[in-house]
Amino acid sequence: MSDSSVNKANAVNNDADAMSAQGYALSKKEMGFARREIRRHKLLAFSLVVPLLLFLAFAFIAPIGSMLHQGFYNPVVNDLVPETLSTLKEWDGKAQPNDIVLNAMAKDLKRLALTRDSGKFSAEINRYLPGSSSVIKSSARKLKRAEDADLADNGAQLLLAANDAWSKPKIWRSIQQAGNIYTDRNYLTALDLERNQSGEIIVRESAQVYMKLYTKTLKLALIITLLCLLFGYPLAYYLANAPSKKANLLMILVMLPFWTSLLVRTTAWIALLQTNGVINTLLLSVGIISEPLELLYTEFSTIVAMTHILLPFMILPLYSVMKGVDPSYFRAAMSMGARPIGAFIQVYFPATLPGLSAGALLVFIISVGYYITPALVGGTDGQMISNIIAFHMQQSNNWSLAAALGSLLLVLILALYWTYDKFIGASNIKLG
Amino acid sequence: MNKKIILAASAVSFMMLAPFKGFAADSLNVISFGGAYGAAQKEHMLDPYTKKTGNKILFEDYSGGIAEIKAQVTANNIQWDVVDIEVIDLERACSEGLLEVIPRDILAAGDDGTPAKDDFIESALANECGVGNIVWTIVYAYNEKTVGSNLPATMADFFDTKKIPGKRAMRKRPQVNLEWALIADGVARADVYKVLATDEGLARAFAKLDTIKGDIVWFDSWSQVPQLLNDGGAVLAQSANGRIFDAIKKENKPFKMIWDAHVYDLDVWAVVKGSKKKELAFDFISFATGTKPLSGMPDVAYGPTRKSSMKLVDPKVIPDLPTSHLEKGVKADGIFWADYGETLGEKFNEWLLK
Repeated sequence: MSDSSVNKANAVNNDADAMSAQGYALSKKEMGFARREIRRHKLLAFSLVVPLLLFLAFAFIAPIGSMLHQGFYNPVVNDLVPETLSTLKEWDGKAQPNDIVLNAMAKDLKRLALTRDSGKFSAEINRYLPGSSSVIKSSARKLKRAEDADLADNGAQLLLAANDAWSKPKIWRSIQQAGNIYTDRNYLTALDLERNQSGEIIVRESAQVYMKLYTKTLKLALIITLLCLLFGYPLAYYLANAPSKKANLLMILVMLPFWTSLLVRTTAWIALLQTNGVINTLLLSVGIISEPLELLYTEFSTIVAMTHILLPFMILPLYSVMKGVDPSYFRAAMSMGARPIGAFIQVYFPATLPGLSAGALLVFIISVGYYITPALVGGTDGQMISNIIAFHMQQSNNWSLAAALGSLLLVLILALYWTYDKFIGASNIKLG
Repeated sequence: MNKKIILAASAVSFMMLAPFKGFAADSLNVISFGGAYGAAQKEHMLDPYTKKTGNKILFEDYSGGIAEIKAQVTANNIQWDVVDIEVIDLERACSEGLLEVIPRDILAAGDDGTPAKDDFIESALANECGVGNIVWTIVYAYNEKTVGSNLPATMADFFDTKKIPGKRAMRKRPQVNLEWALIADGVARADVYKVLATDEGLARAFAKLDTIKGDIVWFDSWSQVPQLLNDGGAVLAQSANGRIFDAIKKENKPFKMIWDAHVYDLDVWAVVKGSKKKELAFDFISFATGTKPLSGMPDVAYGPTRKSSMKLVDPKVIPDLPTSHLEKGVKADGIFWADYGETLGEKFNEWLLK
């Protein structure tokens, strides 16, 4: 639909209102026709954005929604051992549960062993109680051979005979907790917290990883943003004020790495920074150092490589905003007696703030979620939160925790954006 | 963030595409670890199978683990048919229902007539979802040119930075590293997993790792090791034995392997649950684990899992096979790692960040 037809539709709408206001009202039929016409136009306009909306729904909203959902929704255990869980409701949580519970568990375990689901069950419980995986699997293997009749009569004895761990309340408490379909456990873990036996939230005892990583990620992102600003601002200033021929050439030099594959740029840094790489060899041959410096696989290498990769995101908005700043303001300030530095700080710099905010926000948000570069050049010191999310997706197979960590990252970024909007104002951002 | 969205989005779109995807008849997707090992498998298993049966094979690489198999089974979009999988992952994948049970009657008798049951080494058929393919091991190696005057000989030397100064390359995961730390600290090889299951044992292992923490270079894939040793990025390096063997043999690198306290394991062929080519996959596995194809694995210094294959192996290679050094080694404990892999992975990450 073209703009003019939208205007026409609005005009019809306005006319209808205006005419009815002035007294010579349109007949009901005419008004209805006009409204239908407007609706038709609106529908047509909407149908044009439908493909984009559908695309967004499938490629963006649905995955993020399912990620948020998976962080606290875990029906696996509830689906696998419903009977045991319902009998466990009566349990006081202190001593060994009664025989009804044990019988139900024995029956459930045999069924799981036959359907080859005991591994799924044990993997879930093992997250609550490390070491219980082999207890559950070996018990299931033993109970698989038991006769149904025998199981009905002395399932409890068979279960206790299969493994001693079933007489201790620990494993039952874990099963009870894991049986909750909705759980805040993953989010608590992502914040290095856990619930103790009486359900209070306490600082996690086993390992404290994630808060450190979030802090580190924010710290690295901040350093990278500041470095980009430090390098980007003067360059953008120079580009914006240089003669256009020269500026164009320099712009290409800025853009070329931007167009180069991310992997190539990262790998180039590996070649430069490694123990016997370009930089070390050069410094050694000149005699500045006597032993190769440890540059690669450090926090330093992550910062250097990411600053290089993200620099164009800072330069481009700055450049386009600086291009639009009228140089006569600066000259006017000077002619009224301002010193160059004063004029720069009071007149020029504020005018470039929208570009600066846009660039800084872009660089900061991109670097908070960065994955490839830290994975390749970061070693252990330069890892960021995205790398641990990948670890849980690919290696430990704890997708729920990965989802919780990812959701928290999303919340973090939204919170930062909100703070920014509150204090500086999102309308102040200008990309060009 | 972006990466994750794209990943999730592609996962969703794959799920949507799944019902429309079909494979041409008689082609099989086989997944393994690539590199010199993959080349040996192609030469001795895949190519002869294609030649014999006319069935095409698409051969792809992965870097281990069960995440990708789990994703395919969960989304009910099976892309892989046959997978070469480490026993350390097999235990978990099989019990979580990600793999098909392989009937033992598909296995051929050895070329010398020994029935399959007796021809395979015991651990090769220990898990019902897999058929043993190779025995491989994790050793450490050094570069003769960069190691200096003191030569390492034991696991304790790997942790002794006074005797052998310089960087040590280790794979970034708790597996094997914790075992080695305990052995270097004086724990008997037979007791390693028992000690490691206790809190004190774990603290002891991390304390030992602490002593060399500043000297460790971490890597993620075995393929990085020969380069690290060659460039001087590390003086000592943990490695799958085949990678070092290949670098010595094919590229004449001055590397030496130390067999003390090597941690050996098996690789098996397995079939992804729900594969549409299940019968064909079994047929392939039956062929690939025959006497002749298995006898080609020592090309990369991995031991064959059939006794009858050993007879066909070049006697010159035999001293380099893990199977010739079992008395110095530790068998990787798949059950221990199924139990504690996740917790120790987290503790290991925490230790790394300290």
